[in-house]
Amino acid sequence: MAAGDTSTLPRRELLGRASALAGLVVSFAPGMRLIDLAAAKPDGEAASAEVRWGMLVDTTRCVSGCDACVNACATEHGLEMTDRPEIDAQWIRKVDLIDEDSGKEISLPVMCQHCEDAPCVAVCPTGASFRREDGIVLVNQHTCIGCRYCMMACPYKARSFIHINLTGQRTHSPRGKGTVESCTFCVHRVDRDREPACVEACTAAGHQALLFGDLSDNEGELAQRLGEVQTQQLRSDLGTNPGVHYHGL
Amino acid sequence: MGSVWRLLPLIMLTGVLPWSVIADEPIFPRARGERCVEPVGVMRRAHFEFLNHQGQQTVERGIRIGRHSLAGCVGCHAARDQNADWVPVSAPGQFCDSCHSYAAVRIDCFSCHRAVPEADRAMGN
Amino acid sequence: MNNTGYHVAPAQGFWLFVLILVPMVIAALWSAHQMDTAGHAITGMNNQVVWGLPHVFAVFLILCASGALNPASLSTVFGRTRYAPIARLSGVFAICLLVGGLVVLVLDLGRPDRLQVAITTYNFRSIFAWNVFGYTGFIVIVGVYLACSMDNAPRGAVKTAGYVAFAWRILLTSGTGAIFGVLVAREGYDAAILVPLFVATSFALGTAIFLIGLVLSFRWNGQVPDPEVLTKLGRLLAIFVLVVLCLVAVQTLTSLYGGRERGVVEFLLFSGGVYPVLFWLGQVGLGSILPLMLLYSRRARGCASILTASVLVMVGGLCQLYVLIIGGQVYPLRIFPGYRSSSSFFDGVVADYAPTLWEVLLGVGGVAMAVLLCLVAMRTLPLLPRALPLKPGTLVRDP
Repeated sequence: MAAGDTSTLPRRELLGRASALAGLVVSFAPGMRLIDLAAAKPDGEAASAEVRWGMLVDTTRCVSGCDACVNACATEHGLEMTDRPEIDAQWIRKVDLIDEDSGKEISLPVMCQHCEDAPCVAVCPTGASFRREDGIVLVNQHTCIGCRYCMMACPYKARSFIHINLTGQRTHSPRGKGTVESCTFCVHRVDRDREPACVEACTAAGHQALLFGDLSDNEGELAQRLGEVQTQQLRSDLGTNPGVHYHGL
Repeated sequence: MGSVWRLLPLIMLTGVLPWSVIADEPIFPRARGERCVEPVGVMRRAHFEFLNHQGQQTVERGIRIGRHSLAGCVGCHAARDQNADWVPVSAPGQFCDSCHSYAAVRIDCFSCHRAVPEADRAMGN
Repeated sequence: MNNTGYHVAPAQGFWLFVLILVPMVIAALWSAHQMDTAGHAITGMNNQVVWGLPHVFAVFLILCASGALNPASLSTVFGRTRYAPIARLSGVFAICLLVGGLVVLVLDLGRPDRLQVAITTYNFRSIFAWNVFGYTGFIVIVGVYLACSMDNAPRGAVKTAGYVAFAWRILLTSGTGAIFGVLVAREGYDAAILVPLFVATSFALGTAIFLIGLVLSFRWNGQVPDPEVLTKLGRLLAIFVLVVLCLVAVQTLTSLYGGRERGVVEFLLFSGGVYPVLFWLGQVGLGSILPLMLLYSRRARGCASILTASVLVMVGGLCQLYVLIIGGQVYPLRIFPGYRSSSSFFDGVVADYAPTLWEVLLGVGGVAMAVLLCLVAMRTLPLLPRALPLKPGTLVRDP
């Protein structure tokens, strides 16, 4: 799928428009025009709790050795690798698994799981680690003091601390030394009704292992697929209720 | 001894006066674009409040409209050097730095934010 | 209480200590500045081991701080009047050690310049945020206690402040333990027993560091502490060390018996390279068994052996915290039970960590700052009770 092609994008349809209408009536943001209603998500509208962004990773379609999603993420967010991988920021990584009993091999991407009850949000002393209304877990780097407690708490090793001075950041993805960061579900794209870069890249590579969408939209493609196939969340025993679901584990 | 102390204000003045008269007003490259999103006087005083407010709105609530974006500032105020390469607005003598150096206020934006316009984006977030 | 029975430490030797300690503090600040300008890349820390040696020192000093308040609590809360003369020394040690620990903690932040954010913006679900209150509250409460006892406040006021301080220090160390205890994702930490373990460890470490501080500061003034106090604190130290040892045994044995923590405990105790060495040799051998032998053996009883035991307990405490904090992180997270995993992000492998000189300078500098603050306090405030003069030719009089 080419960048910007929205034909297969998850739609928020009724809910999204209903909330846009509600927003129009209740608290009309200054500068918001009627024409915005035509778009599924006006830029001026705040993230809504009626949406919960999530993802389905189909490990049966994910190809070992393919890292299209990882590269797309690095390009999108300007993540540059150094010669010391242990301090590099990795928002999404490919993990290769071997079943200890059957020897079955599985390849899958792991990124921030955007938990409903996120340990990183619970432990953050300043509230910099937070969960947006629509379920996306982010770091507000303006208030992050770089204590790394969220990295201690995250069950998925999804976060990276910036160990060096950075230059050449992307405009839409500010990031810098001394703060913690992780996958944002490409929130800058999602707010403009586009898919995360990794999903786009996976589709472009012909694998279609990643499906992004609204978990609370029962009519949406994501919820439909989740109803059809058997899926599981990582470390579901911890009760974090991640927004990312895996099929084929 | 006492007379020296009485002269102290005068001594201090002679140290300070010439500098405050001579000290260069900030000089910075001309901005592109017609005019700023706010009157210049308002911007000089309140640009941080504007930026901070819009930044919080964007980060916490995903509201991506509004005219007070840092990327918008960078878009108009970044200059090119003789090789036509962008110069960061935070570089010495550039738009942000010239005033902030003059006022001795540290900028805490550009360790994270991009300080030059990005090629494929006309407007920022 | 009043100040007539107390005196300020003499100038003799003071500047020598200042001359030794100030460069150490400057080295720590310099190291922090390096970490701030170049980033944490110059440390041994990475995205797998996010808390390194500075945290070991910070937690060590914080535990020492609350434990150093023991003699004051013994005097005020438990009515042991024998400890009354050294109660204010105990309070001052507690504050100074805590400040030293906090300085290390703050300077190791990714953005230490945002300290103001940390103390003005709170997420009340965060144990860390509770601890910020715990630390500042501790300094204020112990400060009030000291002011009451030094300013001829009514006995009731001193007693109340002492009770509050005692309750607060228990909460404080519980909170420090809970920082690790609530980390559900990490098998090396996720256990409620970490809370009593931290409280017990603070009792042991605090008593040990107080004993050392007491003997040295009295020696500095050409005096000896009350031998009875030394013996009793030595016995208390032995009990605390035993309690810590028991709690560690309970924790490891429960984990080894079964359950998902088995892997990490086997790693820390047997297969994990440097960590088993630090555990058995440092924490158990040097830090527990040997001091217990020194404190309980009939022949070795005496001031020198109590001092040696105290130093050993502190070495053991550092080893214990290193094994817990670093060892608990290098062991891989189990994100996919039942699978062997590998990735570019070090999934499924034991992480590498070796502290760099910068971290050593920062950690040791925190200790130096605590000691320096103690010395300045003793040099400016009437903290030292008039006590027995030192017998010529001996380090300290045997109790």
